Amino acid sequence: MALQNILLAGFGGQGILFAGKVAAYAGLMDGKEVSWLPSYGPEMRGGTANCSVCISDEPIGSPLVLAPGALLAMNIQSYDKFIDAVIPGGVAVIDSTLVDKKCSRTDITCVYVPATALANEKDLAGLANIILLGTLLKHTGFAAEAAVEKALSKCVPPKKQHLLEPNMRAIRLGMDY
Amino acid sequence: MKGNEALAEAAIRSGCRHFFGYPITPQTEVAAYMAKRMPKIGGTYLQAESEIAAINMVYGAASAGVRAMTSSSSPGISLKSEGISYIAGADLPCLIINVQRGGPGLGGIQPSQADYWQATRATGHGDFHVLVFAPSTIQEMVDLVGMAFEKADAYRMPAMILADGMLGQMMEPVSFPEEAAEVKTVAKPWATNGHEGKRAHNIVNSLYLKPDQLEKTIIDRFQRYETIKATEARAEEYLVEDAEIVLVAYGATARIVKSAVNTAREMGIRAGMIRPITLWPYPVKNIQKAAETAKHFLCVEMSMGQMVDDVRLAVNGKRPVDFFGHTGGVIPAPGEVLEKIKAIAGGAK
Amino acid sequence: MAVVFERPKALLDVPTHYCPGCTHGIIHRLVAEAIDTLGIEDKTVGVAPVGCAVMAYDYFACDMVEAAHGRAPAVATGLKRSLPDNVIFTYQGDGDLAAIGTAETVHSATRGENITVIFVNNAIYGMTGGQMAPTSLPGQVTQTTPYGRDVKTAGYPVRVCEMLSTLSGVAYAERVTVDTPAHVRQAKAAIQKAFQNQIDKKGFSIVEVVSSCPTNWGLTPNEALQWLRDNMLPYYPLGVYKDTTGGDK
Repeated sequence: MALQNILLAGFGGQGILFAGKVAAYAGLMDGKEVSWLPSYGPEMRGGTANCSVCISDEPIGSPLVLAPGALLAMNIQSYDKFIDAVIPGGVAVIDSTLVDKKCSRTDITCVYVPATALANEKDLAGLANIILLGTLLKHTGFAAEAAVEKALSKCVPPKKQHLLEPNMRAIRLGMDY
Repeated sequence: MKGNEALAEAAIRSGCRHFFGYPITPQTEVAAYMAKRMPKIGGTYLQAESEIAAINMVYGAASAGVRAMTSSSSPGISLKSEGISYIAGADLPCLIINVQRGGPGLGGIQPSQADYWQATRATGHGDFHVLVFAPSTIQEMVDLVGMAFEKADAYRMPAMILADGMLGQMMEPVSFPEEAAEVKTVAKPWATNGHEGKRAHNIVNSLYLKPDQLEKTIIDRFQRYETIKATEARAEEYLVEDAEIVLVAYGATARIVKSAVNTAREMGIRAGMIRPITLWPYPVKNIQKAAETAKHFLCVEMSMGQMVDDVRLAVNGKRPVDFFGHTGGVIPAPGEVLEKIKAIAGGAK
Repeated sequence: MAVVFERPKALLDVPTHYCPGCTHGIIHRLVAEAIDTLGIEDKTVGVAPVGCAVMAYDYFACDMVEAAHGRAPAVATGLKRSLPDNVIFTYQGDGDLAAIGTAETVHSATRGENITVIFVNNAIYGMTGGQMAPTSLPGQVTQTTPYGRDVKTAGYPVRVCEMLSTLSGVAYAERVTVDTPAHVRQAKAAIQKAFQNQIDKKGFSIVEVVSSCPTNWGLTPNEALQWLRDNMLPYYPLGVYKDTTGGDK
């Protein structure tokens, strides 16, 4: 598989870094080279958060994703900031509950998922990030589905194992959307 | 595993049981990891009242003969510089980690390589050097921590891991050497750990009021430095053999440069890269050798150009040496580096 | 012939660099006597300061470490955490302990580091030639307070034992002096107790020794001791400021 450069962006607290971690772990489960690089800032909650995930057959060069092949955007600011950076032929998965804009670019695939609303509706509050990751998985195939499930069981901490099942549901919900 | 955590785990596996630190972004995970692990393995994690106190605790622990370390980021290293000078002056081994951020002053908290001069030229007052290792992957962080402890012990001097916020914060898979692997340690008959009535008292000290005496200790130390310079310099060479343009970069920047070199090769430009792994001693020979065949050097850093001094010293006027960089936490993009390479290639024709 | 007086074993037979009439010699001897009495020289590591006692590492027979100015308690912390069964002491002056090293002093105390601190307070920077110390008295003339210490601009002297006694980590804080044989005996008992506390793992112990500096005070040794009695002791009253050890003094 070619190099997958994924950029995930939104507000702190939306689980951006967690979703990125799941993607990176999934790549690892597939036997790929991976890297995960968070933005870090002074605020712990509510500020902008984004992270770069690289999945490749080759050792990762720059771990910083400036031109994403796949963008996962969970707020307007991130959408505005990064939508033009997506490479032609790339994919943007956008939480349409939080971003009420439509992209005019025709050289990329934009997928609008009302993930936050869906999450609330399906008793998956707080898992909009994972729903979007599921959609991203369907459109990019950044890892095998089984690898993503394995990654989730790795990334959900042992003390919070009761959250594993909802996470799995969220991934499938995103894939089926 | 996160870079900072990998550093901490590697130190523990290298037999370090004494960590003294102080929180500062972007290295705090090193301390947090130590705080979690050390009590479980009978080690010491101590959050000091300042960076100054932390490095002096390292001085005390190193005097006792144990493997001791501290970690910080740029402004904190400035505070530690006093202690580092004393540690060097007293010929004590220890490990110091600098996960660099932008400066000067409070600067910023994003990745930077602007402490190169500090690490290789002036980690503190006086005539001395510190071993400086510059990893560029999380795996290499792990490997170099072990080596840094070993070399520090072998040469009785402080060693530094010079990383940056990107390496500290990013996650990559790593594998650790087998837990059972023997930790190489050396006897430390000089340690102040109680004479037990078996020897004269040991003194750990850096004060010599008689100039000729002080000069002698320094000359002795610099003779050791000559051995180190001759045997311990390390670098990775990437596509250097037939390269017309040799890029020089270390740490996280070298990853970006490698991407740019690959793209340049695809475009038919014969670019290569030398990546210093030790910054002191500097891999002068690798640069000198490349200067025989390459036409042009380009040094890339996350600073206004610090390591480029060492590249120029090594090239010694033989070839042009250009510099490209960003500073203050701005990370150079592979595309920008590529543009520089293309400009040089175009000019060289 | 019975030996009635000899040099403590823990004090090496070398001439010191201290000025005539300086009380460092007496205090060194008291520390060495305590080490001898407790039989701990073989496992003791001392930390010397920057200041007049900077070369104490040449005088004590135990292992010694020379610290940077003010950092002795941090260095002692590093030693003690690495060698919990050894005995670690610092020997510091007023500039070292109460000015440049205040943070190290306060925090090693509040952590309750199980170390022994010998604090020599003579209200002046001796080694650099008589400048104002954090413990110089109001009105005291020094090289850097040529018109006397004006508390409006130079602030007030620090009372270290009083300050540290408010910290929960401190097991024992006593102020003594060495101007008379009786006071020397009290000081000896206090210093020995401060070491015994460490052996008993009681925590941070400090003995402040109010001391004289004839050279920089510009007085004869005897006049200096009288000045100490007349000026220092009213501001720095002798006594036990804290003792949570419960043992007999």
